[in-house]
Amino acid sequence: MTTATNTPEDQGFRLSQLIYDTRYRSITIQVIAMLAFMLIAAFLIRNTIINLSALGKDIDFGFLFNRAAYDINQQIIPYTSDDPHWRAALVGLLNTLLIAILGCTLATVIGVVAGVLRLSKNWLTAKIMTVYVESFRNIPVLLWILAFMAVLSEGLPAPRAFRGEDPAASMWFWDSVAVTNRGTYVPAPVWGSGSSVVVIAFLLSLLGIWAFGKWSNRHFEETGQHLPNFWIKLGILIVPSVLVYFVMGRPVSLSYPELKGFNFDGGLHMRNSMLALWLALSFYTGSFIAEIVRSGILAISKGQTEAAFALGLRPSWTMNLVILPQALRVIIPPLISQYLNLTKNSSLALAVGYMDLRSTLGGTTLNTTGRELECMLLMMLIYLIVSLIISSGMNIYNKSVKLKER
Amino acid sequence: MKKSVFLGALTLAGLAAGTAMAQDSSTLAAVKERGVLKCGVNPGTPGFAAPDASGKFVGFDVDVCRAVAAAIFGDSEAVEYTPLTSAVRFTALASGEVDMLARNTTWTFSRDVDLKNTFVGVNYYDGQGFMVPKDLGVSSAKELGGATVCIETGTTTELNLADYFRVNNMEYEPVPVESFTEAQTQFLAGACDVYTTDASALAASRASFENPEGYVVLPEIISKEPLGPLVRHGDDNWGDIVRWSLNAMIAAEEYGVTSANATELAKGTENPEINRLLGVEGELGAMLGLDNAWALNIITQVGNYGESFEKNIGENTPVGLARGLNAQWTEGGLIYSPPFR
Repeated sequence: MTTATNTPEDQGFRLSQLIYDTRYRSITIQVIAMLAFMLIAAFLIRNTIINLSALGKDIDFGFLFNRAAYDINQQIIPYTSDDPHWRAALVGLLNTLLIAILGCTLATVIGVVAGVLRLSKNWLTAKIMTVYVESFRNIPVLLWILAFMAVLSEGLPAPRAFRGEDPAASMWFWDSVAVTNRGTYVPAPVWGSGSSVVVIAFLLSLLGIWAFGKWSNRHFEETGQHLPNFWIKLGILIVPSVLVYFVMGRPVSLSYPELKGFNFDGGLHMRNSMLALWLALSFYTGSFIAEIVRSGILAISKGQTEAAFALGLRPSWTMNLVILPQALRVIIPPLISQYLNLTKNSSLALAVGYMDLRSTLGGTTLNTTGRELECMLLMMLIYLIVSLIISSGMNIYNKSVKLKER
Repeated sequence: MKKSVFLGALTLAGLAAGTAMAQDSSTLAAVKERGVLKCGVNPGTPGFAAPDASGKFVGFDVDVCRAVAAAIFGDSEAVEYTPLTSAVRFTALASGEVDMLARNTTWTFSRDVDLKNTFVGVNYYDGQGFMVPKDLGVSSAKELGGATVCIETGTTTELNLADYFRVNNMEYEPVPVESFTEAQTQFLAGACDVYTTDASALAASRASFENPEGYVVLPEIISKEPLGPLVRHGDDNWGDIVRWSLNAMIAAEEYGVTSANATELAKGTENPEINRLLGVEGELGAMLGLDNAWALNIITQVGNYGESFEKNIGENTPVGLARGLNAQWTEGGLIYSPPFR
C-alpha cells in the first residue's frame, strides 16, 4: 500500500505488467493454463473425429429408435423385443436403479450393525466383525460377485429337483418359498379390486405414525413423560390397515410359486443374478460403511457418554439421543461416496448376467449396433446424472443433520 | 468480452493447427515389418480355437490364421493370437489391435456394411441349434415354451432366439452369460434348461462334457450362420490375401493337393490349375505382393481344407462333426473356391 500516499503518474497499461505486476500475474497464468487445457481438449476431440471418419464412422444416435430385437429377463416396465433400443436402455437403467436402492439400503443396515458391533466390549463379537470388515473390503468386489453367483448357481437345487414322488429338494416355509439355482421365488401380492383402499389406509397410517412421533416428542419435552412409542407406532401401522383389509372383503391375496413345466410359476421371481449382485455389493460396501460408522462413533468424545450416564440416561437413549446425532455429522459425508461407489460398481452386473444399463445399452445394444462411442458416451452421461442426483439428495440430508451454528 | 474473443480465436487456431493422425496405409507392410500376424480368435471353443496342453492355440479357425501367416512369411507359426470375446471382437479389429479375425463370426449385412468389416469368405456353414439334457424329455425345440435359456450376450444368436420364440408364440426366460465357458458352467449346473448357440459350437461343447451322452442337440436349426474370417474395410489388398489364403486351402482339397503330396506336385503337373495354385505357372503370388510359393507354403504347413477339417472337428475327433454343408461343391456341399486363374 505504498502507492496509497505516493501515487505515480498513470503510465497506462504496459504488456510487461502481465508478468511483473502481481495484480495481473495470476490472471496471466490462469489464462495460459486454460488455453493449454482447451488446446489439448480440442486436439483430442479433433483427433477422435478425424480417426472415426478415417474408419468410416460417424457419430449418430439414430440407432436408439431402431428395433432392439433382444429380450431382457428382468423388466420393471413392460418390454418386448419389438421395442426400440432406448426403451431397452431404460429397462436397464431401472434395473440399475433398483440394485442401487436395494444395495444402499442393505449396505447401510449391514454397515451400521457391523460398525457398532465392532466396538462391542464382547471380544468374540468384535473380532468376528473385524474379520468380516477386513475380508470384504480387501478383496475386489468383482470376485465377491462371482463367488456369490457360483454359490447360488452351483450350491442350490435346480427346479427339476423339486419334481417327482420323492423330490430331492423341497420348498421352504410351508411350501411358499422356493430357493433354486435359478433364483428365489417368494409369494407375491395380487391386487384385487378395492385393494387401492387398503393401500391408501396403509399410507395414511404411515402419515399417522409420523404425526404421532411429532406429538409424542412435544409431549415429552413439555411433561418429561415417556410414552411406549414403539408399541403405539406398531399399533398405528397394523390395526387400521388390517381392519380396512377385512372390511373391503380381503382384496389383496397372495400368489404362491408353483412348479409348472420347466420352472416355477407365480409369485415373485428374484433371479440369482440379482441376488448375487445385491448381496455382494451390499456386503462389500457394508464393510466400508462399518468403518465409517465406527470412526463416526469414536469421533464423539467419551465425555459425552459419561455426561449422559451421569444424567441417568439409559445406554440405548445415550446412543440414540446423544451419540448418534453427533456421529451422523461425521458419518454422512463419507457415506455419500460409498453410495456413489455402490451405484457405479453395479455396472459389474454383466459378469453375472444381470441386465443393468451396462448390459443393455453398453452390452447387447452396443454389440448389435456397433455404435461403441455413442453408447459409451450416453452411458457415462447417465451414470454421471444418476450419481449427481444421489449426491445432491444426500447433501440435502447432510444439511439437515449437520451442526447448526447460530 | 475482449478476453473471451481472444480465447475463442486461440482455440480456433488450435483446432486448425491440430495435425491429422496419419493412418498406416498398408496392413501387409505393417505385418511384414512386425514379422508376426496378429489374429483374433475365440478364447476357447474346442476344435475351432482353443489352447492345447502346451498352451498353443489350435483348431479349425486357428488354421486360417496359420494359413495367412504361411502365405506371408512362409512360416505358419508366425502368429500372435489374441483371444477375443464376442463383445469386443469388432472393436479390436477396427482399432487395429488385430490384423484379422478368424473367430466363428457370422457374416451378416449389418456387420459387413454398417460395422465396416470385409468378410472374405465362409470357412464353416453353421446354424443355430439347441442343446438340452436328455432327462428333460424334450425332442423338439417347439416344446421349449417356458424354458430358461442360456445365451451369450452380444451375438446374433441372441437376436435369433428372440425372433424364434416370438414367431412360435412361446415364452422363455433368457439367462444372459458373458462367455462360452460361463454358459457351459450355468448349463451344467442346471441354472438353465437349454443352451443355444451355433450347432458346431454345441457339438464342440458337448464333446468337452464329462458325460456327453446325457445331452442331446435338438434337430431344429433356426438360422443361417455362415462363419468366416474377416478384415476391416479400407485395405483391399489385405482382404485379398486373407480371402485367397482360405481359397487356396479349399481349392487344394478340390484338386487333391494335400500336405503330403504338395511338394511333389509343385515340381509341375499336367493340370494348369494346380500349377497356377502352387506357383509353378503364372505370377499369382506376386499379384498379391507375396512370394510365388505362398499357396504351397499354406498347403505343406497347414494342409488343405479337408485335412484341417478332419484334424480339428471331423468325425474322428471328440467334436465329431460331419462335413454336411461343408463338403466340397463336387460332393454336394457349399464349399467352393473361385478359380485360380
